[in-house]
Amino acid sequence: MSARKMVTVDGNEAAASVAHRLSEVIAIYPITPSSTMGELADEWSAHARTNIWGSVPQVTEMQSEGGAAGAVHGALQAGAMATTFTASQGLLLMIPNMYKIAGELTAFCMHVSARALATHALSIFGDHSDVMACRQTGFAMLASGSVQEAHDLACIAHAATLRARVPFMHFFDGFRTSHEVAKMEQLTDDDLRFMIDDSLVAAHRRRGLTPDHPVLRGTAQNPDVFFQAREACNRFYLACPDIVAETMERFATLTGRRYGLFDYVGHPEAERVIVMMGSGAETAHETIEYLAQREEKVGLLKVRLFRPFSIEAFVAALPSTVTSIAVMDRTKEPGGVGEPLYLDVVAALQESGRNMRVLGGRYGLGSKEFTPAMVKAALDELRAGQPRRHFTVGILDDVTHTSLPIESGFDIESDDVVRAIFFGLGSDGTVSANKNSIKIIGEGTDRWVQGYFVYDSRKSGSVTVSHLRFGPRPIRSEYLIGKASFIACHQSIFLDRFDVLEHAAQGAVFLLNAPGTPEEVWDRLPVEIQEQIILKGIRFHTIDASRVAAETGMGGRINSIMQTGFFAISGVLPRQEAIDRIKSAIRKTYEKKGDEIVQRNFAAVDLTLEHLREVPVPGRVTATRRLPPPVPAGAPVFLQRVTSMMLAGKGDLLPVSAFPVDGSWPLGTTKWEKRAIALQIPAWDDVLCIQCNKCAMVCPHAAIRAKTYPAAGLENAPAGFKSCDYKGHEFPGQKYTIQVAPEDCTGCGLCVMVCPAKDRSNPKHKAIDMQTMAPLRAAEVANYAFFLDLPEPDRTAVKLDVKGSQFLEPLFEYSGACAGCGETPYIKLLTQLYGDRALIANATGCSSIYGGNLPTTPYTTNRDGRGPAWSNSLFEDNAEFGLGFRLAIDTHVAHARGLVSTLASSLGAGLAAALLDAEQQDEIGIGAQRERVELLRRKLSGIESSEARRLEQVADYLVKKSIWIVGGDGWAYDIGFGGLDHVLALGPDVNILVLDTEVYSNTGGQQSKATPMGAAAKFAVAGRSLAKKDLGLWAMTYGNAYVARVAFGAKDAQTVKAFAEAQSYPGPSLIIAYSPCIAHGYDLAYGAEQQKLAVESGHWPLFRFDPRRAAAGDTPLVLDSPPPRADLARYMRNETRFLMVERQDPARFKRLLESARQSAANRYGVYEQLARLVAQTDPSKAGVSKNEVAGKPLQER
Amino acid sequence: MDMTTRYLGLILEHPIMPGASPLVEDLDAVKRLEDAGAPCIVMPSLFEEQVTREELSVARGLDVHDGAHAEAHTFLPRPDDSALGPHEYLELLRRVRQTVSVPVIASLNGVTPDKWLEYARLIEAAGASALELNIYHVAADADESGESVERRTLEIVRLVKQVVAIPVAVKLSPFFSSLAHFARQLDAQGVDGLVIFNRFYQPDIDTETLEVVPSLRLSDSSELLLRLRWLAILSGRVKASLAITGGIHTSQDAVKAVMAGADAIQTVSAILRHGPSRLGALRDAMSEWMDEHGYESVRQMKGSMSLLRCPDPGAFERANYMRVLQSWRP
Repeated sequence: MSARKMVTVDGNEAAASVAHRLSEVIAIYPITPSSTMGELADEWSAHARTNIWGSVPQVTEMQSEGGAAGAVHGALQAGAMATTFTASQGLLLMIPNMYKIAGELTAFCMHVSARALATHALSIFGDHSDVMACRQTGFAMLASGSVQEAHDLACIAHAATLRARVPFMHFFDGFRTSHEVAKMEQLTDDDLRFMIDDSLVAAHRRRGLTPDHPVLRGTAQNPDVFFQAREACNRFYLACPDIVAETMERFATLTGRRYGLFDYVGHPEAERVIVMMGSGAETAHETIEYLAQREEKVGLLKVRLFRPFSIEAFVAALPSTVTSIAVMDRTKEPGGVGEPLYLDVVAALQESGRNMRVLGGRYGLGSKEFTPAMVKAALDELRAGQPRRHFTVGILDDVTHTSLPIESGFDIESDDVVRAIFFGLGSDGTVSANKNSIKIIGEGTDRWVQGYFVYDSRKSGSVTVSHLRFGPRPIRSEYLIGKASFIACHQSIFLDRFDVLEHAAQGAVFLLNAPGTPEEVWDRLPVEIQEQIILKGIRFHTIDASRVAAETGMGGRINSIMQTGFFAISGVLPRQEAIDRIKSAIRKTYEKKGDEIVQRNFAAVDLTLEHLREVPVPGRVTATRRLPPPVPAGAPVFLQRVTSMMLAGKGDLLPVSAFPVDGSWPLGTTKWEKRAIALQIPAWDDVLCIQCNKCAMVCPHAAIRAKTYPAAGLENAPAGFKSCDYKGHEFPGQKYTIQVAPEDCTGCGLCVMVCPAKDRSNPKHKAIDMQTMAPLRAAEVANYAFFLDLPEPDRTAVKLDVKGSQFLEPLFEYSGACAGCGETPYIKLLTQLYGDRALIANATGCSSIYGGNLPTTPYTTNRDGRGPAWSNSLFEDNAEFGLGFRLAIDTHVAHARGLVSTLASSLGAGLAAALLDAEQQDEIGIGAQRERVELLRRKLSGIESSEARRLEQVADYLVKKSIWIVGGDGWAYDIGFGGLDHVLALGPDVNILVLDTEVYSNTGGQQSKATPMGAAAKFAVAGRSLAKKDLGLWAMTYGNAYVARVAFGAKDAQTVKAFAEAQSYPGPSLIIAYSPCIAHGYDLAYGAEQQKLAVESGHWPLFRFDPRRAAAGDTPLVLDSPPPRADLARYMRNETRFLMVERQDPARFKRLLESARQSAANRYGVYEQLARLVAQTDPSKAGVSKNEVAGKPLQER
Repeated sequence: MDMTTRYLGLILEHPIMPGASPLVEDLDAVKRLEDAGAPCIVMPSLFEEQVTREELSVARGLDVHDGAHAEAHTFLPRPDDSALGPHEYLELLRRVRQTVSVPVIASLNGVTPDKWLEYARLIEAAGASALELNIYHVAADADESGESVERRTLEIVRLVKQVVAIPVAVKLSPFFSSLAHFARQLDAQGVDGLVIFNRFYQPDIDTETLEVVPSLRLSDSSELLLRLRWLAILSGRVKASLAITGGIHTSQDAVKAVMAGADAIQTVSAILRHGPSRLGALRDAMSEWMDEHGYESVRQMKGSMSLLRCPDPGAFERANYMRVLQSWRP
């Protein structure tokens, strides 16, 4: 047998490594936090890694988890060894198939990184609400609590299911285990062969469907037999626990790691015991050992096999001395007697005749921290005189008072564990470097390691906090570091945002990346930081990493530099040994990518050692500057009280009472969070500017804006405020300003790239240039505040074109989207045009994350308090969700109109008729109707009738509402396609905006059916060989839908036109919007250029299909871009997603390129043909006649 | 007619060969060239700058968002690492070598001394019959003297000659201040051939967008004369074989090049314009002309009109300029 290796991997890789080697068919669908398992499996298969039977597993990405479960079910029925990976909502979508797979007694093991289900809010983080929703399916459920266990129990589950014929769900905690990097012993292929009984594999195959020995499976049964047949499986479930126990024993003989169905840890005569499963049990294990060593009679019963629940094994594992139990559930079942594990334990004790105090506790929902102090709190509650029978721990519940008090300062971590915290930016490579450090130490020395990474939810300027432990024994501390011996702050701007030394231990080492001499660095620290450095006796070092990076050609990647700093001063390894190890790791990592990168990294390491300085710490605080408040004093109370805590990283301290009970949150909160993440911001030259407003149009963050206003508005303008005469005819005599929001800009540079106004004698200079922010910041902050206070232009006078649209106030601003995001300009435009009357249904994905992820959200209101009403239901149901909005609004409208008719005589026939017949096609019409509704309200207040009261409730619906259904290509092309299809076919007046990034962006670049031919994406590593699905062509075939394909960077005027037409079209409208994305692999400052190339090369032809034109006897399809004239290769070679295909296999790339060229030409040819067709002008078919169709409330038909 | 010629120590059937260019982009094209009578294949240049830039841009494209987001460790799949770097060039070279029976000359354009050596070694290992060093350099740095440019080039040649055993040619630009002197130094360094001259891609200006745009123009026969002059000057004065590239479009151009001293004639634009068959047509027409004019072999004609042997050597030097001006009438 080959020797086992010690490796440092995360929980996902630990589980996938076993699953891949024990499967022949793998069907998956990406979902956080399980996506990595599928990606790794795909990558391994792409690199021809085999399973233990010598074949390469087939990995297939499906259109949804429902699809993945169906495919797996089919593969199993046909006799293959199959697996899948999922979590959360994805797992829910698998439930119907899980019943089938279990009902058919199928040997199968799936792996779940357990994650919260979306309820009052979505959470990508870990708890057991998803797996607990499957406990009734008939699956066996096996829980792992650590990375090693995720590996070991994966193997045990795969082995046991073959014998038991009960399918297994192996699960571990999302993020805490799935994303924790730890050292573990890796099972060899021989180990797996030892565990897997080939005769059972053969038996599984024999049960597979084959026409050579056919059986029929999946009958429909009648009341006479269904019940009995359902009970026929019982003996398999009765046998299952013993099979698992025996498999665990076999595993123990192989590896020495012994697992039980229930594992007891603690005092042999324990009186108080905690029962729990998952990663929390590791923390409890560590705590119980600590307490038991101090003669506390406490214990822990870890649940491994939760289903089938073996009462016998449970009771046997429990010491006879136990008098009270706290059962900890990581899920919530509102309205239930208790949570699932609690109920099982109560029933088990009752059935076994043991009587004791049992408390049920909830902990850790949505990855809430679970620490030793919380374990102790639960144990303490067990001996309380009047314990809470059902409690929570880890939060402060000041409403229903379920929460336990926590003893502060209860710290059980041993000093021989090096604990390090790193604050970094997502873009500076901190996390990658730390993973590398873990590998260096974990695989190069005999120390045990652990890394856990905390991310904020923003995609630009995101902050990462890495928690690394290095110790002499396996690490069970499954919680964030409370006292760190080393702290690194990789960006000095964090010093103003977080208390980075809050968790520094006495005598810790602190490394700060900052420019200047050690003395200058000290002087710039705020009081709070200086105080802690002095009080805690911190040894303070500094390095100008940005300078070292610049000098060694590393760009913005300071990771190797800060990593070197860590190794040089943390003492985790002897210094020279550490440096040698870093260099050899660099060589290993980058060798294949090119020697240049290796050399640059080497140079960076050497230069770091030269530039690292210890800062002499004076005996007293010299600073006068304090940490600024997270939100300014003028912010609304809710922000001051709640949001500010979250922004300061102290959200854990907020009590239950602070929160809305139903998940409703106020709008317009991003404006209070000034992140100032741009190093450079645009500066405007009012003389050169041609006032086209293109800069404002393309800005993804609404951080550069245009306004016209009366000259009188300039009174009291700050000294540096720029203004010039407005050149347009619609606002004669007015002034004009382009203004940057300096602290909201991300510095992407898109505005500069699209600016057409060049200085003729120095074309390097444009009407907008990027300039260093620091010296401009204060003045521009004042200018922007003044700008915002200037009156908004009259919406009814603004022309509806690119320029005019940018005079309308954006009601979507400063989102956390990536710098240069290609999606947000469309959403911003939507809100500028219709935000004051829009309801937005948003599919889960990037747009729901930057649209609705706390702490602050970008949708906002205008001065009248109106703004987009936004909600996210699920990933898969967004079209249906939006349709629901339409149905409800239609109902309200019909109700209101009926009441106006009923009350016409009291209201005055003139007003009633005007309200009912109002033309609301444009801003003038909307404005006039709003005034009528105001008048109506005044009149209603004088009418005493129940109808009048009811009309007051729905009067606002007399003003036309605009329904928008927004989502990405993953939703529209794949998981939500069925719903999209149905909604288009129903013909309601909704506007559907598909933000097409041609890939699953939010989960990390997996291919969708929108991925173009020749592009590499996850699950298409070698480059997709099929053409992108033509969603536009499909939608046109209905004939009743308005369809447009747009690209704002290629032809902004067409984009604006399409939005206006879609809104005015009285039926379903579909806008497919080209959206550059970081997953394309290029600097998004060139996003607009790439859009032009996409259009010119025929990759993205622009068109508008308007059934109204058919009704008028004209061709419904208008092509807005000429036949392909630029070479598709030019477009493709600008993006890494294509380029990497060429670099991997030039011949394949050439073939794909040729096919893609052909496909582009053909597609354009088809469009040209269609554009020549004058449609059948049968309005009943076209579905467009305004009075007969779609836009009218459905119930009127 | 004996059309054979000796270039870089290789005996070639005739002197007209495809020059370093995108002509050799895949194996089909290579096969077509061989079928059209190419006496050897010159590979396109492996540009270190391009390899490095692509390495960096692909690495950046792959890595820049790594570890930045909770929901995604990465945004692009990890390619098989071995696919990145100059490997595709070497792979093409290897396959070309297997596909054709004629010699294959690889071409390399380096920037840093390390890479010149590393790639030269890799190219030799991949089976190249000879190596053409493409000294493609725009001397735009005001701090670097002409002497230092020459010294750097000589050093590269010296080092490359040390690490490879295959013949090495140097492709020159016409912008050396004392080309004859420099050529002699290269010769002393043991270089096996000189290729004159590189055609720089000249940037153009777009007057509408106020942007500098790259332009690529195919050559025509007017570019021949500069090259003829320098061939004639160098012919017989260096041990290295001489190749001409740039401006060879007709059989007459080819005849003149051989007369001026070329051992090999590289043509690119003519083949790009007319297809690979042009190569055989040029060879046949040249052979026909030689036959008509009583030549027996290329060897006999080679260098007949060089500075050393032509009836009026002064015409290649300064006098040429004066006479042309004097003969010009508006």
